[in-house]
Amino acid sequence: MTREITLSKAVNEAIAEEMRRDETIFLIGEDVAEAGTPFKVLSGLVEEFGTDRIIDTPIAEPGFMGIAVGAAMTGSRPIVDLMFGDFLFLVMDQLCNQAAKTHYMSGGKLKVPLVLRTNLGATRRSAAQHSQSLHALVAHIPGLKVALPSSAYEAKGLLKTAIRDDNPVVIFEDKLMYNDKAPVQEEEYLLPFGQAAVLREGRDITLVATSSMVQVAQAAAELLARENISAEVIDPRTIVPLDEETILASVRKTSRAIVIDEGHQNFGITGEIASRISEKAFYHLDAPVQRMGAMDVPVPFSPALEDLTVPTPERVAERARLAVRGELFHAA
Amino acid sequence: MSAARKPAGDKRNAETYLRMYRQMVRIRAFEDNANQLYLSARMPGLTHMYSGQEAVAVGICEALRDSDKVTSTHRGHGHCVAKGAEFQAMFCELLGKAEGYCRGKGGSMHIADQAHGNLGANAIVGGSMGIATGAALSARRLGRDDVTVCFFGDGATAQGLWYEVMNMAALWKLPVIYACENNGYSEYTRTDEIAAGSILARAQAFGIESHQVDGQDVLAVNQLAGDLVARARKGEGPFFIELMTYRYHGHHVGDINRDYYRSKDEEAEWKTTRDPITNFGMWLQEQKIASADDLAAINDEIRADAEAAVAYAEKAPYPDASEVDMHVFAGIEHALQQV
Repeated sequence: MTREITLSKAVNEAIAEEMRRDETIFLIGEDVAEAGTPFKVLSGLVEEFGTDRIIDTPIAEPGFMGIAVGAAMTGSRPIVDLMFGDFLFLVMDQLCNQAAKTHYMSGGKLKVPLVLRTNLGATRRSAAQHSQSLHALVAHIPGLKVALPSSAYEAKGLLKTAIRDDNPVVIFEDKLMYNDKAPVQEEEYLLPFGQAAVLREGRDITLVATSSMVQVAQAAAELLARENISAEVIDPRTIVPLDEETILASVRKTSRAIVIDEGHQNFGITGEIASRISEKAFYHLDAPVQRMGAMDVPVPFSPALEDLTVPTPERVAERARLAVRGELFHAA
Repeated sequence: MSAARKPAGDKRNAETYLRMYRQMVRIRAFEDNANQLYLSARMPGLTHMYSGQEAVAVGICEALRDSDKVTSTHRGHGHCVAKGAEFQAMFCELLGKAEGYCRGKGGSMHIADQAHGNLGANAIVGGSMGIATGAALSARRLGRDDVTVCFFGDGATAQGLWYEVMNMAALWKLPVIYACENNGYSEYTRTDEIAAGSILARAQAFGIESHQVDGQDVLAVNQLAGDLVARARKGEGPFFIELMTYRYHGHHVGDINRDYYRSKDEEAEWKTTRDPITNFGMWLQEQKIASADDLAAINDEIRADAEAAVAYAEKAPYPDASEVDMHVFAGIEHALQQV
């Protein structure tokens, strides 16, 4: 049976199902219990699992992140709730120097099975410190897995997989998508890491899009279809591990690619994926691989400015048109 | 010395005392050999000596069970020995060999015998304060009565993380003991130049029962630790201990010319009058627990063990090149083939 549920509900269900299955799981973060987070994603969990397992902390991100790392090293499976992705900068030592490296530095003797749930996404009029998409920062660090669900269906299946993984996993939810509904089956399911989804098949160009940008790519593909340009849309679902094969197979078929991601474009996910395509499918390409990330400015508050900083269906479609027409050669 | 005030007790106590003596000598012997490996350029990188602080690691770890946890620091060889590690795998780790406790991937600053509850030495000053607190939370949640000891130096009390996790440990009454080894120096700087107020009072401000103890007196440390560990096990934690101690070497083995921050007279004073091993050895003789010959024999035996372990480690193989991308992820044998 399939029903339509919000991404928020999907996350809530994933956590509840896993916590019922495994007593060693607990959830920790700011305002996660009675408040259920500012986005109300966790509402109802404390009533079922109690304050022993849904643990409210002081406003001390490095502190509770470190506590989760230690708990994970000693038999627990913590889920850390980081209220905004922007707060990643506060927990970087505990996440990147401790959690990510412990398994390696101990020669494989210690494990850190924890999930860091946080979010990304601009255009919520929240300005520069509550709007960033910082997944490239953590994807850069060996030892961390990084998941980027683009729908309620993916959010549930990827989160359940993350919780069962024996490694630190950072999962970014698009905070603008919490109330978006999608079909989600009632039966239990998990989505494997490192397997991209081909969300729309096409012949002329491949749009590789992550998280919030999947909707943008899908809408762009619709626009292009009206002009008889057939776009294939690929959602990697996880960027570490990255399903290179599915992306390369698509590009070998279409011969063109645009990579779209809401992280800043400079030194980001778009550059990484574009580079892998160029290295490994170069002789199949009919146009330079395009990167479309968030504009390299701090996210501005004013709606008039903020909306300029994130790729839109129209801008993606325009870039695709140029690529398909062979007019990208002299692009800046 | 204050230890002289305490009675020797029965035979079982005598065995405990001799074990503590041996463990302190083992740490000193390990460090002396490590220092020689560095000075003779037979060791990759550098290392931070624990010599002078032995009574802290031994006094505390002798109060712990095997399943109790510790977190250690960049100056971690002492904690590693005291929590049950063997010379051979430690020297192998120090030299980056495959038989090291971390398969040569950690080295001096991450050395740990994980099987005996050591959650790792940490090269970020103060970096393990959250980990220790989390281990305590985990133990209580999972219904274990293990206690976690978080070792850190006076320099680490400047890190904000400590205050965040002490707050939570106190709120949640976690079985964790924060053990600050105050050796007076934050790397190359006198700690009294960079620490405002009282370190003890900082923990007390969170309502945490706090004690200061002579960190050169292994019996005083052990007695206090035994009491606090037992109480933490019963749910009366957390606790804070400030152990007043001294670092015989520089910040690391290469920190040789250090007159600009610490006088040779001061070092000589501590080494001649406050040495934890010498003073405890004298007490053992006064109490007729061991003769000077007994202690010399213990010293000789441990020195020989350490030298044999060094010789073994020097000949031991390095990890195979194929190990470079192993242990990046649990469950993925070679990360570069699969990620």
